[in-house]
Formats: sequence, structure tokens, C-alpha cells
Amino acid sequence: MNVYADNAATTKMSRTAINAMLPYLDECYGNPSSLYWLGQQAAEALQNAREKAARCLGCEPGEITFTSGGSEADNQAITSAAALGEKKGKKHIISTAFEHHAVLHTLKKLQKQGFDVTLLDVHKNGIVSAGEVEAAIRPDTCLVTVMYANNEIGSIEPIAEIGRVCRRKGVLFHTDAVQAAGHLPIDVKLQNIDMLSLSAHKFHGPKGVGLLYARKGIALTSLIEGGAQERGKRAGTENIAGIAAMAAALEESTAHLEENARSVSALRDRLIEGLSGIPHSILNGDRTQRLPGNVNFCFEGIDGESLLLLLDQQGICASSGSACTSGSLEPSHVLLAIGRPPEIAHGSLRLSLCEWNTPEQIDYMLEQIPQVVTYLRGMSPVWRDLQEGKKHYVIQ
Amino acid sequence: MLYSETVMDHFTHPRNVGVIEDADGVGEAGNPVCGDIMKIYLKVKDDVITDVKFITFGCGSAIASSSMATELIKGKPVSEALKLTNKAVAEALDGLPAYKMHCSVLAEEAIRAALKDYYEKKGLPFDEAGSLATQAATVPAAEDKIKKENQTQAE
Repeated sequence: MNVYADNAATTKMSRTAINAMLPYLDECYGNPSSLYWLGQQAAEALQNAREKAARCLGCEPGEITFTSGGSEADNQAITSAAALGEKKGKKHIISTAFEHHAVLHTLKKLQKQGFDVTLLDVHKNGIVSAGEVEAAIRPDTCLVTVMYANNEIGSIEPIAEIGRVCRRKGVLFHTDAVQAAGHLPIDVKLQNIDMLSLSAHKFHGPKGVGLLYARKGIALTSLIEGGAQERGKRAGTENIAGIAAMAAALEESTAHLEENARSVSALRDRLIEGLSGIPHSILNGDRTQRLPGNVNFCFEGIDGESLLLLLDQQGICASSGSACTSGSLEPSHVLLAIGRPPEIAHGSLRLSLCEWNTPEQIDYMLEQIPQVVTYLRGMSPVWRDLQEGKKHYVIQ
Repeated sequence: MLYSETVMDHFTHPRNVGVIEDADGVGEAGNPVCGDIMKIYLKVKDDVITDVKFITFGCGSAIASSSMATELIKGKPVSEALKLTNKAVAEALDGLPAYKMHCSVLAEEAIRAALKDYYEKKGLPFDEAGSLATQAATVPAAEDKIKKENQTQAE
């Protein structure tokens, strides 16, 4: 049996999204900047997509800038807010320790330019409180950037509360909603969000396209110089096919958000319950404030990469926060941020589901995963030492 | 594909997995914090490695490196096993990704540690047989070199 359980990495495109993009790969190939009918046809598609996306987010079409994806949107949001802050002599930014690298690396760059960055603790369950954000705000704070939901452990942050605090204090609030868009409700006005990033391929849209919402009046800094596309804030001929497909996918997933959340979280809960039966395993992230499709466990005594390779042999596509899977020697900064020791963080497994996963696939994973964990533990010197009482279990 | 066919073969069908309860030499390398531990057990008769087993905590290349390293020394005289290098392990595996080369270094270290243990148990000076002093110095140096190479690549 084949099981795709890595929907937090990317998703399969929906038929709706594919159909929405096809005309712009075929007959409707015009450049939206051209005056003749073929170009204007593309310009119209661009405008329609912008309106559609705006309806899904509760904002104005003019507040949306199309980008190459979530990383670019994160980079642009933070760079813009920093530039605005710097003009007023405000060079302090608040974020969390477990943001995506698109955020953390941008912040690191700003630190080199003299910005002061506070990374808030996300506690054992991976959730920061609005009160902690408020306490960290200083007179020179120009930006708070907190992700809506974490990509590895799925914990959901109280962004509406954080938004309220920021609005009251007059500090810009950006949220990286890459994992949340299409899966959790978004209403930028209601949630007091000033800037929001999302990426199409996390909700059955195509790869290489995303968007940045920035509230009217927030001047964006261009990361790409050139033509006057996207109101002069993002040069380069627009990816019309990708943008049209993203809008269609966002509209579709937003329309089915509640029913998908219900069915997917039911599968998630069965998977969590089943995997909890593996001795010396622990769920990462909050049990209830959790993305509908996210399951993330640490298994003591084994390495995540070996686990993934063996699961792959059984047809299961999953991911891990193990160092070895990322090309670095450091285990996941997210798991370290929630207090998992490195040796435990190495043994993590992330399964991320979508509405197309079936109960049969859950059963299959619950049959395969414990077997693979047992097999790897059988050849692990760490597990042997734990079993012989030479070391103490970290996970009880 | 991240790994060569040989690496995948040794990972999915590792040779010489297990422990030897009455081993003549036992060696360990690595630590759980960095994500890899290898433990090697040797059985030696007339200065020939008659049996070797391993248990490993780590990624695919760590398990494959352990498996290949044990194959390379099985049935060989101790003096020859002492000459095993991480490069030889990696080459026998048809190569490892640059950032996984440290796995082959661990295999070399674990085998050397097991041989050292064998010498010590026999009351023999390890220096004479394997010129440990020079080899011990080259192993961390090799790791440093790999780290540096990785950094350059990452940048």
C-alpha cells in the first residue's frame, strides 16, 4: 500500500487547481502588462485571482502581493516592517524560537544590521501566549512575527489574541500562515493581522507561488527590482497560471475548511492514539491546539532518518526532524525549542495528513510503524543500554 | 537518490548485526547527541578476526557504514583491520554524500576502539601494533576536515 503522509511538505494538486491553471499554460498566454486583448485576458485573470484570494482572507484585493511562495512572502514582510521601523528609530523585533527558517534567517540577517531580536519561548506544548508577547513589547519594537501554526509539530498559536495586543500597542503584526492557510480559519480584519504569508502548494495548489497580504498603508520594500508589476512591489512577469490555480485552490479549501478539518482530525486522532501505544514514545506539540493533519512523535533509542528510509520501503512517505534528513548535523530547532534533548529529537517522525488519506491507510501505518521502530531498536546500542538499565529513559 | 544502491543494500540488509557476549574486543564511537553511535564486537583467534558484530543507532549511512566496515575486516588479520580507513569504507559503499562522511569516520573509530580493547585485554601495548598515536591524531583531524568541507558546501 502507498501512503502519502507528508502533506506539510507539499500536497497533491486538486483537480480544481489544475483546471484553473491549464488555460494560462495554453491559449491564454498573454503578458498581463500588454495592452492588446491577449494581455488583457491575462490581466483579468490576475485581477480575478486577487479578488478571490482577498475574499478568502477577508481583505481588499489591493492588499495582496503575489510572490514566488511562502519564503519570499516571509522575507518581504519582515524586511518591509524592519525598514519602516528603522525610519522611526525602532529596531526591535519579537518572534518565537520555532519559526520557519524563512523567518529566522531573515531575522538573523537583520541582527547583523543592528536590529535587536527577542525570540520567545514556546514552552513544552509549542504555544506562546499573547501575554508573553505583550510583556516583550518595548517602545522600540517595530514588529511581532509569530507563525499561525508550526510546520513540524502542528501547534496553533493564539494569533487573534496576539493581533489584538499588537494593534493596541501600535506594533505591526505579521504571521507566517503557510501551514494554516486552507486548513484553519483566516480573517485578517477580525484577527488584527497586519501582514500574512501563505504558499499555494500547502493546500493543493501548485509549487512556486504564494502571496503576501499587507494591510493598506504598510509600504512594502521590493526584494526584486525591475518592472512595475504588483504595484511596483514585486518585479517580474506574473506567474498567471500559478496565481490562478492558487486562488482556485484557496477558494476550494476555504469552502470545505470545516468538513475537512473534522474528517482529517478524526484520522489524526486515531493515528495519535495508535502510535501512543509504542513504548517510550511521546507526542510533540499540543494535543488539542493542533493542525487537523499533523502527527509528530519522538521514539526513544532510534534515529528518524533510518525510520523514514524503512517506511519508504513499505510505501509510506513521511518526514522527520532528524538532523540527517536536513543535510545538517543539528536536529530540528523546533523540537529543541520545545525542550526535547538532541538525542530524542533525532528520533522524530512527522506524519501529515490531508482529506484524501483513508482510514485503511491509517490502519496500515499503525501496522507498519511499530514494526519498524521495534526493528531499529533491536539494533540500537542506545536502546540496549536503556533496556539493560545502564541509562535512564528520557521518555517514560 | 540520496544514497548509492550499495548503501541502500547494506542499510536494508545489514550484515553482521548483533552482539557477541564473550567478545575479545568491544569498541564504541559517537554519541547520541550528535545522532550516531556504533558499537563493534570482535572475536579474534590467532590474530585473525573470526567474527564481528555491530549495533548502531543512527541514520541510513551510519548503519550501512557499520555493515560495510564489519564486512571489510571479517576474516582479516588484526594488523590489516588496523589499517581500515573511513575512505575505504566510503569507497566500498560507492560513496557517501559529503555531509554523511562522518558516518564512515565513526565506523573507523569504532573498529579501532574494539581493536584497542582487544590489545588491552591481552595485555599488549596497542602502540606497537597499530601506531595508535599517529592514527588517533588523524581521526579527529579527518572529522575537522569533513566539517570544514560541509561548511563550505552549505555556504
